[in-house]
Formats: sequence, C-alpha cells, structure tokens
Amino acid sequence: MNTNAKSKTTDLIKEVLPCVSIVFTLLLQLMIPDSASHPQADAHYFTYVLWISLVVWALIFILSFFRQNVRKKLIYKGYFIAGAILFLNIVNLLTVKSALLPVLYFPSLDRIFGVLITDRQLILKCLLYSIRLLSVGFLSGAVIGIISGIAIGFSKTVSYWLMPVVRVLGPIPSTAWIPLVLVCFPSAVSASTFLIAVAVWFPTTIMTSSGISNVQNSYFEVSRTLGAGKLAQIFEVGVPAAMPHMFLGLFNGTCSSFITLVTAEMIGAKYGIGWYVNWQKELLAYANVYAGLIVIAVVFSILITLLFKVRDKVLLWQKGVIKW
Amino acid sequence: MVGELSIKGVTKRFRREGEEDVIALNGVNLNIKAGSFVSLIGPSGCGKSTLLRLIAGLSDADEGELQLDGKKIVGTSYERGLVFQNPTLFPWLNIQDNVAFGLKVRHIHRQNKSLVKEYIKLVGLEGFEKSYPHQLSGGMCQRASLARSLVGKPKVLLLDEPLGALDAFTRMNMQDELLRIWKEENMTMIMVTHDVDEAIYLSDKVIVMSPRPAKIEQVIDIEMGRPRARSNPDFLQYRSKILKILNFGGNVEDISYYI
Ligand SMILES: Nc1ncnc2c1ncn2[C@@H]1O[C@H](COP(=O)(O)OP(=O)(O)OP(=O)(O)O)[C@@H](O)[C@H]1O
Ligand SMILES: [Mg+2]
Repeated sequence: MNTNAKSKTTDLIKEVLPCVSIVFTLLLQLMIPDSASHPQADAHYFTYVLWISLVVWALIFILSFFRQNVRKKLIYKGYFIAGAILFLNIVNLLTVKSALLPVLYFPSLDRIFGVLITDRQLILKCLLYSIRLLSVGFLSGAVIGIISGIAIGFSKTVSYWLMPVVRVLGPIPSTAWIPLVLVCFPSAVSASTFLIAVAVWFPTTIMTSSGISNVQNSYFEVSRTLGAGKLAQIFEVGVPAAMPHMFLGLFNGTCSSFITLVTAEMIGAKYGIGWYVNWQKELLAYANVYAGLIVIAVVFSILITLLFKVRDKVLLWQKGVIKW
Repeated sequence: MVGELSIKGVTKRFRREGEEDVIALNGVNLNIKAGSFVSLIGPSGCGKSTLLRLIAGLSDADEGELQLDGKKIVGTSYERGLVFQNPTLFPWLNIQDNVAFGLKVRHIHRQNKSLVKEYIKLVGLEGFEKSYPHQLSGGMCQRASLARSLVGKPKVLLLDEPLGALDAFTRMNMQDELLRIWKEENMTMIMVTHDVDEAIYLSDKVIVMSPRPAKIEQVIDIEMGRPRARSNPDFLQYRSKILKILNFGGNVEDISYYI
C-alpha cells in the first residue's frame, strides 16, 4: 500500500515536472533583463515558444486524466521533457541573459526561433529542394542497391565481378567523389543526386547480399521440396529472409545520405537546406545557421522515424524473434 | 498407382577436411512399392536422414542410382515432399501462408484455397492461421510443417521424425491421421522414427539400418491387418525381433516371459 502510494506520487511528479520546468524558464526569461551586448531580436520569440509549450503541455496533462495511454506516455517522458526544457533554460541564461558565451557564435534563442518564423519562406523552399534531391537520390540508390545485393547474393558470377568493385569503391566516402562528379555531370543537381544514390547504394548492397548469404540453407531446401523454382527461391525465400539485413543497410544508407546531402549542397547548389546553412555561416548569421540545423534535425529524425515505421510493418514477423 | 521407388547400390560419402571420409550410406539396395508405408529405424548417425535427402533430390549419390516410377531422380520436385527433422517453417510467413507456400510457388493456390484450410484443421491448428511460427510450440510447428508438405499431395512423402516433438497422446492421434491421409491419397510414405512401436503400428515394412558401415541391416514385412491394435501379440513379437536386430536382444526373453 505504502509503496503503491509512493509510486503514485512519483508518477504525479513526472507528469507535472514538464509544466514546472516551463514555468520556471518562463519566469527567468521574463524577469532577468537581456544583456546589452546581445543584438536585439525583433520580438521575444523564445517567450512565445515557452507560452505555446506551456499551453500544449497543460492540455496534454488534462487529457492524461481521461486517456490511460496518454498518461503512460506522459509519465514515461516526464523527466526527459523537463530536462530538455531545463537545457534550453540554461542556454538562454548563458547567452542572452549573461552573454557568458561568445555573442557572435551563440546567438539568443529569441533570434534563433525568430529566424524560423521570419525566414520561413526561404527555409521552406530550401527544404523542398533538399527533400526532392534526397528522395530521388535515396530511391534510386536503394532500388539499385537492393537489386545488386540480390544479384550478388544469388549469382556466383555477379558476385565474382561485382563484389571486389563494391569492396573497393564502397568505403570511399561519397563526398570524396565531388571533384570527379562535378566534371562528369552536367549540373550540380544531377551530381548531388548521384552522390546521394552512391551513399545509399553501398550499405544497401552489402547488407542485402550478406543477408541473403546468411539465410539458413534449410529454408531453400524446404522450398525446393515444395516445388519452388529458382525465381521463387529468390523472391519467396531469399528476399524475405534477408529483409532484416536489408533494412539495416537502408538505415545506414539513410544516415549517410543525410551527410552526403548536406555536404553535396555546399558545392554549387542554388537552394537546399545544406546550402542555406553554409551560406548563412559565410554571412556570419549564426542565428540562421542554428535555425537551419534545427530544421535539418527535425526533418531527418522524422524521416528516420518513417523508415522505422515501415520496417515495423514489413518485419512484423520479427517481433519476438530478434530485438532491434 | 504411382510412387514406386527403387534404390540401386547407392553409396554416399561426406568428405571432411583433414579426416577420413564419412561413409553415410554404403551400397544400399531397396525397393519400395507404390503406395506403401515404410519406416526407417536405426541408431543415430546411421544415415537415415541422408537417405531421405537423396530421395528428395537435395543431394546426389556418389555411386548407384535412385528411381521414382522408373525415372531417375535428378534434383528436387514437389512430387517428393520432405518433412524435415527440425521443423523449418518460414518465420516470415504466418501458419496459413506457410502451409500454402508450395501451392503458391506452383501457381495452383487459387483453385486450392479450401485445401489449405482443410489441412490446417487436420493437424489441429485451426485458429492459429494468422500466428507466426515463433508464437507456436515446437510440436505445433512440427504439425504445421507436416500440413505444409501434405497439402501439395506429393507422390512420395518423406518424413524425418515428424512426430518427435509431440506428447504421446497427440502422437498417437497424428499417427492415425497420417494413416488416414496415406490411405486416402495413395501416396508412398517413408518415415524415419526412433520409436519401434510407431514403426510397427504404421508400416508395411520396417527397414532396420546399421551404422559403420552404414547399410540396411534387415527389412521386416509387417504382416498385420489394419487397423492394428498395439496390444496384439504379433505386435510384441515384431517388437522383440526389431529390438534384437538393434542389439537390445537382452530384454527379449523377459518380454516373452511376461506375455
Ligand atoms: N553435410 C554433411 N557433411 C558431413 N557429414 C555428414 C553430413 N550430413 C551427414 N553427415 C554424416 O553422415 C552420417 C549420417 O548422418 P544422418 O544425418 O543421415 O544420420 P541419421 O541417421 O539421420 O541420424 P539421426 O537419427 O541422429 O538424425 C553421420 O555420421 C553424419 O556425421
Ligand atoms: Mg536424422
């Protein structure tokens, strides 16, 4: 009974803590005057962000009394959210409130959030450019990677000729191709697409082929005694059995495609989120740089989450077999 | 009637790095009549699974020839189904899709949908159609893989200890089901088992194998009408005979004494 009551109190603390953290930050933000050495933001955007978070969190808190699953999530995430807000609070104190960090490189949160609002049109445009580049590059790299991986996994001849090429060319960071690619491709867009495709292609190929060669031979044998021909063995047995490896390759590919995207955009692109960050850095507009980085972080983590969702759908059968 | 097997002078060797070759089968001769039920019995490592793999076409004989209905066996075919010693259900397919696999890859799934249901029911897995193999017990998996091989109606069904993981009661039930299917479908069944009673209960012929050099020790015709009663005195006679061949002769006198 006692421990039960105790855990109930901790649960409640976990639920309320984010709100407390937000209110605390808000109080400091409102009460401590900004340091004079920081350039003024055109509005107190961080204050707005805090107010909005407070309202949102309060609403979730209320909702948690009616929805058990919301409550569970809230309790689970409570410490983390409170901690994250505390981190912003400290950043805010170190920058605009005290100017303890170099003012040029560490702009105020007001200004960073401000950029997201005032510069949203350019950022959105850049984002769309990047996503277009990324999706074309990723899809072509993934498709070619899966095809070449399957071919290497199943055909000795293909493996004989292609595997050494993959081994030698694959580990070269795709950005190292930039000088060559710039000469070979007519435009920066096609060059960047190619680089991203290469970045995805390599891990996908390697993981797909190794996945297929790791499939238990008895699966192929069973399928043969059930009347499976060569094609059925490849697509009904080899490919589904290698699917977990394939996703690992795709996941690695996604990560390196992000790196490649951002780097590739720094070479002669006209738009793109990587280009935006680089350009703003040259202008010494660090508030814009951080805003760009925040956008990159948010969008990329959404993409990764999407990939995980797809994987969970496709690999439903794996639940309880292998833990990721 | 189809499904007649003839095995002529078949030898199978396995090469090993740095050690002597293993002779898994040594000049095996065997004729199995179409539509008969045959059991292979013998100590562990005497080449039973190897023989089944040769018949299935999963590996090739070093010497000799295997024929099905007069045609030389080359490679695998759905005509020679094999239920593996450990159930190798595809973990990415649910039970229903596992059972339907053979029909699907042969593109005859559409016209045979009800067959899949029927066989799932027959092995007692109704209600588990949508479950994945890792959600089932070992015995359930074994029954599912049995259904998967049966549903394609092979001419010859090779069974490598298919009932090994089952409890005695389910086992006896499955034995009766096997017999029923065997009679209905007119297929030749060749089953590896370590259970002498099971072999006698099911088979027309019990083939006793011996290891080193791995060969067929004796073929025993079980001349008992069906259905067979496990308490039949003939049953016990066959049993002591087989045990004697397997070198457990010491107990034989005791058994007859108790009768
Ligand atoms: N792929 C292989 N490579 C090397 N040796 C093998 C191979 N398969 C089987 N053998 C050998 O052949 C012999 C017969 O094996 P087999 O699997 O046919 O035995 P078994 O009668 O089925 O035994 P059990 O009752 O234990 O299943 C064994 O000595 C084994 O070591
Ligand atoms: Mg065996």
